[in-house]
Amino acid sequence: MSELLRSYLTVGIFGVAAIAMAGAMLTIARILRPSRPTRQKLIAYESGVDPVGGDWAQSQIRYYVFAVLFVLFDVEAVFIFPWATRLEVYGVFGLVEMAIFIFILLLGLFYAWRKGVLRWV
Amino acid sequence: MVELIWLVPALPLLGFFLLLLIGHKVGEPGSGWIATIAAGGSFLATLAVFVGLLGRDGHAGDRSYEFILFEWLPAGSLKVEAGFLVDPLSITMALFVTGVGSLIHLYSIGYMHGDPKFSKFFLYLNLFLFSMLMLVFGNNLVVTFLGWEGVGACSYFLISFWHQRESAARAGKKAFVTNRVGDWGFMIATFAIWSALGTVTYTEISNSPAMSAATGTAVSLLLFVAAAGKSAQLPLYVWLPDAMEGPTPVSAMVHAATMVTSGVYLLVRMNSVLTDDALLVIAVVGAATALFAALCAVAQHDIKKVLAYSTVSQLGYMFLAIGSGAYVAAIFHVITHAFFKALLFLGSGSVIHGMHDEQDMRKMGALRAVMPITAGTFIVGWLAIAGVPPFAGFWSKDEILLAAWEQKNIGPLLWFVGLVTALLTAYYMSRQVILVFFGKQNWEEDVHPHESSWTMTTPLCLLAGAAVVGGAINLPLVKDWLVLEHFLEPIFHHPHHFSSGTATKIALAVISVVAGLIGISIAILSWLTRRIPTDRLEPEFLENAMYVDATYARVVGGTGTSAFQKTADFDSSVVDGSVNGLGRLIMKFGQLIQPTQSGYMRNYAIGIAVGALAIIALLAWGLLL
Amino acid sequence: MGSLQLVGFVGPSVNWWALLPQIILLGAALAVLLVSALAPQRASTVFTTVTTLCAALTSFVVALGLWSDVKADGPSSSIASAFGVDGFSIFFTVLILIGLATTALLSHGYLDREEMDPPEFHALLLCSAAGAIVMASANDLIVMFLGLEALSIGIYVMIAMHHRRSEARESAIKYFVLGAFSSAFLLYGIALTYGATGSTNLVHIRSYLDAVVFQDQHLLMAAMALLLVGLSFKVAAAPFHFWAPDVYQGAPSPVTGWMASIAKAAGFAALLRIFFAAFASHDVDWAPIVGALAVITLVIGSVMAILQTDIKRMLAFSSVSHAGYVLVAVHSASATGTSAALFYLFTYTLMVLGSFAIVGAMGPDDEHPLSRYTGLGRSRPVIAIGFTVLLLAQAGIPTTSGFIAKFQVIAAAVESESYFIAGVSMVTAVIGAFMYLRIVMAMYVVDEGEEGPRPIWHWTTSVVVLAAVGFTIIVGLVPQFLIEFARDAVPVLVRG
Repeated sequence: MSELLRSYLTVGIFGVAAIAMAGAMLTIARILRPSRPTRQKLIAYESGVDPVGGDWAQSQIRYYVFAVLFVLFDVEAVFIFPWATRLEVYGVFGLVEMAIFIFILLLGLFYAWRKGVLRWV
Repeated sequence: MVELIWLVPALPLLGFFLLLLIGHKVGEPGSGWIATIAAGGSFLATLAVFVGLLGRDGHAGDRSYEFILFEWLPAGSLKVEAGFLVDPLSITMALFVTGVGSLIHLYSIGYMHGDPKFSKFFLYLNLFLFSMLMLVFGNNLVVTFLGWEGVGACSYFLISFWHQRESAARAGKKAFVTNRVGDWGFMIATFAIWSALGTVTYTEISNSPAMSAATGTAVSLLLFVAAAGKSAQLPLYVWLPDAMEGPTPVSAMVHAATMVTSGVYLLVRMNSVLTDDALLVIAVVGAATALFAALCAVAQHDIKKVLAYSTVSQLGYMFLAIGSGAYVAAIFHVITHAFFKALLFLGSGSVIHGMHDEQDMRKMGALRAVMPITAGTFIVGWLAIAGVPPFAGFWSKDEILLAAWEQKNIGPLLWFVGLVTALLTAYYMSRQVILVFFGKQNWEEDVHPHESSWTMTTPLCLLAGAAVVGGAINLPLVKDWLVLEHFLEPIFHHPHHFSSGTATKIALAVISVVAGLIGISIAILSWLTRRIPTDRLEPEFLENAMYVDATYARVVGGTGTSAFQKTADFDSSVVDGSVNGLGRLIMKFGQLIQPTQSGYMRNYAIGIAVGALAIIALLAWGLLL
Repeated sequence: MGSLQLVGFVGPSVNWWALLPQIILLGAALAVLLVSALAPQRASTVFTTVTTLCAALTSFVVALGLWSDVKADGPSSSIASAFGVDGFSIFFTVLILIGLATTALLSHGYLDREEMDPPEFHALLLCSAAGAIVMASANDLIVMFLGLEALSIGIYVMIAMHHRRSEARESAIKYFVLGAFSSAFLLYGIALTYGATGSTNLVHIRSYLDAVVFQDQHLLMAAMALLLVGLSFKVAAAPFHFWAPDVYQGAPSPVTGWMASIAKAAGFAALLRIFFAAFASHDVDWAPIVGALAVITLVIGSVMAILQTDIKRMLAFSSVSHAGYVLVAVHSASATGTSAALFYLFTYTLMVLGSFAIVGAMGPDDEHPLSRYTGLGRSRPVIAIGFTVLLLAQAGIPTTSGFIAKFQVIAAAVESESYFIAGVSMVTAVIGAFMYLRIVMAMYVVDEGEEGPRPIWHWTTSVVVLAAVGFTIIVGLVPQFLIEFARDAVPVLVRG
């Protein structure tokens, strides 16, 4: 067995161990706990709110727009963090680059705002 | 100044486009002037190029200038450039093409007055001039062929310009079909030359080693077929008399002065490949055509038909000259003929115009009093074509007859045929002049002939001048006066020299002049003074051109048509059948694979996945091998 | 860890001049968005069209300047060899800019007629064009992928922009999902290429492959296969073409023209750069596969085309078969073949843009049945002649640019001794000609007294059609200048 595959073997063993452990705990719990099902107990857990209607419910399209905007700025943050940690190294060059990047993103936000996307009607 | 060559064809092309865009808005006479100025400008540019060419040393061989526009068809070993070749031959042709052409443009402004398609006529004229210049200046066979087809197309358009007339439409069709035979010869010759010599460029062809005798003769004869189609030689001449259905300026320019001489030009241009056997054929066909057409001209009543047969006959002379190896004489006659025949046609046009579209000579007579300028200039043209010295026609015809006399195999016979033709020419032209301008008044009372406007008479006077002195470009009296011959010399592989002594030359010249005078005398005796009864002088046999045309019509119409019908049946059943069957097969195959285009994205994704797997499999298979 | 010290960052040298064409386009896109956001009422079509045209023109001038630089100093590359500046990149920049200007003109009448939002369309178009230029110029697979995505994302949205039409949405979804699917193949191919050669940079890949003989080249083969799949999808080569007819049919006509011309051209640019330039030493491996794809594409494209009854679907399959011809040229893996491919793409772009210009102007995009064109020759003779020229050019009739293009492609195939493929190209050209002639016949053969259609015609469309027809005929008669341009544009990989 090659060196490469041997190191994967470790991963394999670790995985098997993890599955075995989780399985063992769940099995033990199942054996030990008493089982008295009621209707209330079998309802899907929704943060304490009773689920109403089917699962093909319509959701507000605004959620979608906000989600997109959120992802946008999330990605912006992901891009800014590494730069921030090496701020001194990149110096003026980095500053200008980042300014352009943020400017373009802000332009997008500005456009979205002007087009009325941010209004929650 | 030689570099200005591009301007020469560019100006008529520009004129064409201008007329295409704004012609119908400018109307009459503006569009006529646009076309005339384009043609005149082209003439001036040609003059400039000519002067530039003269400035170069004639003997060092650098009077040949190639102007390459672009590499046109780079196809493997065949490299065809779109370029112009300026050398003594092409510039000589171009000078009279643009010169005579400009005069005819000017003339047409008067002649086409009041025609509803006035601007369209000039559009075609400009396009024709452009094509003709491409033909003349093309530096290889392919460019020349483009021009060749271009002048052909313009010729059909112009013949059937008044296509409301059934006969005009038919004449156009006839010219088209007959010319296709010649074009076929041109194309095959081009391919044959390419495969034999590996080039189609003139300068390279003339520097190539000779082809084998058989190939050379075949190529020569194919070229002659091409030339015979365009220049109306036996047996392909039939379209030219009918082409007189076109407006008269067209007859003068396209069917007398320029286009029909392009066959002569082609053979002279390709003189290096013509073999002796082929030359003999050319000489015989030329002589036969000359005699045949002259006989036909004797009995025509239509003023333009006489001139048409006369043109065929004169073209026969030119081919006789080529066949005898006297290329300079051929070109010389092309030029003088352009002058006097254009003059005669324009004169006849002036008569027709003045007589309100009457073309029958029997209904004319005594017109010299009412149309003095037309009559005077027409008489000059008559003397020139009849070979009366010192008019232009005498010199060129005399040189051809001398060349025929010296032909190696059957010289005296060719000369004799030429002589008879000369006599007949003098006769039928005198008959025409007498019938139209002399004798008694035969037109009806309600016709009021009148002299034409200045735009029509000016070209007549200028051409008359040229017909008088045109011979001066190649006078045989003193060796240094053979200007044309010395100018054209670099073109030829085997320069032709007359071997006869001075006494023979003079004797031959005298005989031909006498023949001409005899012809004129007969005409005067029979048609003017009526000493000879005229009722036997116009046999129906000749009036109908020996029934050649009718025979063609019967063959093509009878057995020909049924043969064509069979071919068409074969085409529709077997050829079309197999093509359609193949088409259906392809459709079937298409329907078989059509379900793959289901419209479902999942299926398309599967297609991509399968394709990817197939590619990987193919690559893996390649690796295994 | 005390040894950490601040070292001044030295970025790769950037030849800003070389990046200027796409920077101008992106700048124009931002400007259009900004102005339309600030403007009190909806920005006019005139403003957006003029802005796009100006951007294209400026970019074009810069590209010409770059061309003279390349002519003088030879090809170079910038940003650590990630971005090539050679005849190839400039050829495609010019082509893409022509396509951009044309599409902008076409959209002018279209956006007004269909009441679509001009600024968003133009901003997306400009971004898409910038992406296409990046894709054609990139010397690095990752940069190329970025360009591809910029190009594609713009197109996805442009297709869907016609939000009142469900067909447009269907097209957009189909193209988006399948595009993402094929992008995955492409990315995986890039990853495997990196695994096989240790770099994503084409210059490095080329020199590595030249220097190293593989004992076991499975990885490289798999990489090639996956790259080929990803790019074949973009150029709509069979069997990755299924999306094309559906998407072309549903998309707004100007966008269809853009997809059929520029998206395809950019795809081929990437294909040529990767396979012809970078994998040149392994052409014995990839050329047969490309040849097989070419044959399948030619056959399916031409055969399916003649079964269609909808003009846009016909043209879609015809564009599939055109991709086949370009693949034939790529297959020959020679400089002759590459310049034949470039010539083909250039002439084809103008033909297809002109064709879709006419199709778009003929009426709304619901469906384009052939019967809509019946009698066009009588009612609008000039348009009919223009369309006829463009169709005959696509069929490859002599005296049009299409003939010269097909001729060169087949000549390249013959030169590389691929006689079978050359034969298939000729046969499919005949099959394809049938389809084009069907459209021409429909325009001219009409019953007596029947009136043809009289579409509302915007003058910008006339400009485009006139230019396309003129170009097609001029190149058909005097092809030399374009042949030379294409000859000078064979891709070169240089370190820089």
